[in-house]
Amino acid sequence: MATPHEHAHPPDEHGHDHGAGHDHGHHPQSFWSKYVFSIDHKMIAMQYMFTGLAMGIIGAYFSYVFRMQLAYPGHHVPGYGVVSAAEYNMLVTNHGTVMIFWLAMPVLIAAFGNYLIPLMLGCDDMVFPRLNRLSYQIFLLSALVLIYSWFVQGGGFGGAWTAYPPLSAKSQYNLTPAGSSLWVVAVALEFVAFLIGGINFVTTAMNSRAPGMKMFDMPIVIWMIVLASMLFMGSVGPLVAGAVMLLFDQTIGTSFYDPVHGGDPILWQHLFWFFGHPEVYVVLLPATGIVAEIITVFSRKKLFAYKTVLYTAFGTGVLSFFVWAHHQFIAGIDPRMANVFTATTVLISIPIAEMMFVFVATLYGGSIRLTVPMLWALAFIAEFMIGGVTGIFLGSSGSDIYFHDTYFVLAHFHFTFVPIAFISVMAGISYWYPKMFGRMLNETLGKIHFWGTIIPFNGIFIPLFLTGMAGDHRRIYNYNNFPELATEHMVHLREFATVSLLVLLAFQVVFIINFFVSLKSGKVAGNNPWNANTLEWQAPSPPPHGNFAELPNCYRGPYEYSSPNREKDYWPQNESV
Amino acid sequence: MAKPIATLRSATNIPTGRLAVWWLLASEIVIFGGLLASYIMHRLGHPEFGDYASHTNTLLGGINTFVLLTSSYFAVRAHFEAEHGRGATAAKWLYATIGGAVAFLCIKSYEWTHEISEGFTITKNAFWSFYYIAAGLHGLHVIGGALIMFIVAQDAKKNRELQRVELVGLYWHFVDVVWIFLFPLLYIAK
Repeated sequence: MATPHEHAHPPDEHGHDHGAGHDHGHHPQSFWSKYVFSIDHKMIAMQYMFTGLAMGIIGAYFSYVFRMQLAYPGHHVPGYGVVSAAEYNMLVTNHGTVMIFWLAMPVLIAAFGNYLIPLMLGCDDMVFPRLNRLSYQIFLLSALVLIYSWFVQGGGFGGAWTAYPPLSAKSQYNLTPAGSSLWVVAVALEFVAFLIGGINFVTTAMNSRAPGMKMFDMPIVIWMIVLASMLFMGSVGPLVAGAVMLLFDQTIGTSFYDPVHGGDPILWQHLFWFFGHPEVYVVLLPATGIVAEIITVFSRKKLFAYKTVLYTAFGTGVLSFFVWAHHQFIAGIDPRMANVFTATTVLISIPIAEMMFVFVATLYGGSIRLTVPMLWALAFIAEFMIGGVTGIFLGSSGSDIYFHDTYFVLAHFHFTFVPIAFISVMAGISYWYPKMFGRMLNETLGKIHFWGTIIPFNGIFIPLFLTGMAGDHRRIYNYNNFPELATEHMVHLREFATVSLLVLLAFQVVFIINFFVSLKSGKVAGNNPWNANTLEWQAPSPPPHGNFAELPNCYRGPYEYSSPNREKDYWPQNESV
Repeated sequence: MAKPIATLRSATNIPTGRLAVWWLLASEIVIFGGLLASYIMHRLGHPEFGDYASHTNTLLGGINTFVLLTSSYFAVRAHFEAEHGRGATAAKWLYATIGGAVAFLCIKSYEWTHEISEGFTITKNAFWSFYYIAAGLHGLHVIGGALIMFIVAQDAKKNRELQRVELVGLYWHFVDVVWIFLFPLLYIAK
């Protein structure tokens, strides 16, 4: 913890900030101030990461239970019991909620953002450390409220993660009077946590870069996290207001979404998706940033078209505000509007496709090293492309009318979201683990985990494209009640998906073992095990409080690999000539 | 607590605190923007909202507009004094601004009591739902702003953290501007 005697200097004439590392860390810290109420950005990043991953385990457990119910309806699920219809709804709703708001957001944005922004920009902390701590505390509270909501009278909310009224607004429909209100409160708190965190991220990136580091010298992943924070700030506001309105409709009987008293249920859909679609890019952009870092380092080649990547990200960000109604093609919107939103939706695939081409172009001619992080990064590109291409069928209003609310949508969504929330997270963890913990992960176990995840992942969701095209509606609890969907062929596809999920989950044990065993007995990493250029690798592993012994200056962009004028094939940003 | 070096850097030449307040206001604009856009869409689709709005008290709403604008002037005076290093005087102007906030809330309470006693509660219909939630959210910002100004004034009195006088002033102007939108939309458009 910082003391009043500490003397922090502004950068002097020569641009060096002296002494950051010396003033910190000399005072013994209690367990509470070090691990629980820490204001160190790295500890807060760890708090976000472990909370997020723990929530992810809960979300995965939910998916296990409802996939078992779908494949073997009415049977006892080992580790759960018989799944009732209400429980099924609660499980799918909270699986979606947890994975998006309590896994993808905290890990991709908050954990990587908190960890990487100060280190990659060459400073000692975020600009508002106490605000940072507050952000995590509100986030933790939101997670606890959500967990509590599953155990109240009537059970957890089961109206889908999109929470459309009137189902979500009236307890005589959703039968979860307490669960649905707590769900809204939890989501709103989570938004507040990320608004606070986002202000911190954006301000830090704008103001606290190392002397000499220009905006276009920042690593792509920092840009992406900052842009994601801005997108979040720009899109979540209406839903914050909308969430309060929904809460009031639920609890005190206002009529914002009740047409009988002059309200409008479609209003919620607009507010939700005006946030919900940019939200896809809020989590996508940091994921692509992580992939960009890894692909460049392990191709030993300069990132192809740095500025193009940024412009595609800006373009995506702007366009993402004009695509939301493609979720509402069958909600009764004007067909002329549907045409407009079809056009914008198909347009947004252009910048994203361009970004993927940039990554492939970076690989071209590089000396590619298939390390574990690189495998994950390459898998991200391959799997995300499947998600992107199938999205075109859903963005076109004509075909969407057929596909809407089928398993095709679900499979498409997971081919975008699993690469984001899982594959890129694994890429990031395996890449920065040596920096975070000072030791290397085991490569063999890492590769076993990689293949044991990627193969069954496709095994889960490719069959679901097929069942979706054959008419499986995504909100059905027991297909035995629908004889035309309970044919032998369809049942087999559902079973195949479920068994694939079991295989995928089993292989996660390898990761957990690798993670914890390597903490103790992994190879010592040293400062820069990957020979990377960005500033976080110039700090000790793990970085002490204050990060750098002497805060670095920056002399060049982050991707100077294999320069012909140098003996070494990398050129750290802080090395003058 | 000493500030990290990160906090003292200023690559944009804009002080970090001011930058952060602008980002805060940007995210607030979207919150109120979403709420007001929803209201306007409803208003356009429901001409009868005009009849409901005729039960609001335009005179008191107008007086409140005047009160808030005056308090914003006090906030500007506080900023002026703080810039010249006169923390104690700045604190006095901040107290005057808080006085404006309190007057605003008193008038608001009188208005609401009157409307509720006539049966125009938040559950009456969508117009009144919007009326109370928009004005209520704004009122929470008034309360929050007054509390923050009080805290800033305690430091300013001792000539500490004087830059915060400007920052809380920025926020207060924003609260003012939100009201400038709410007043015509909820009171005047009949």
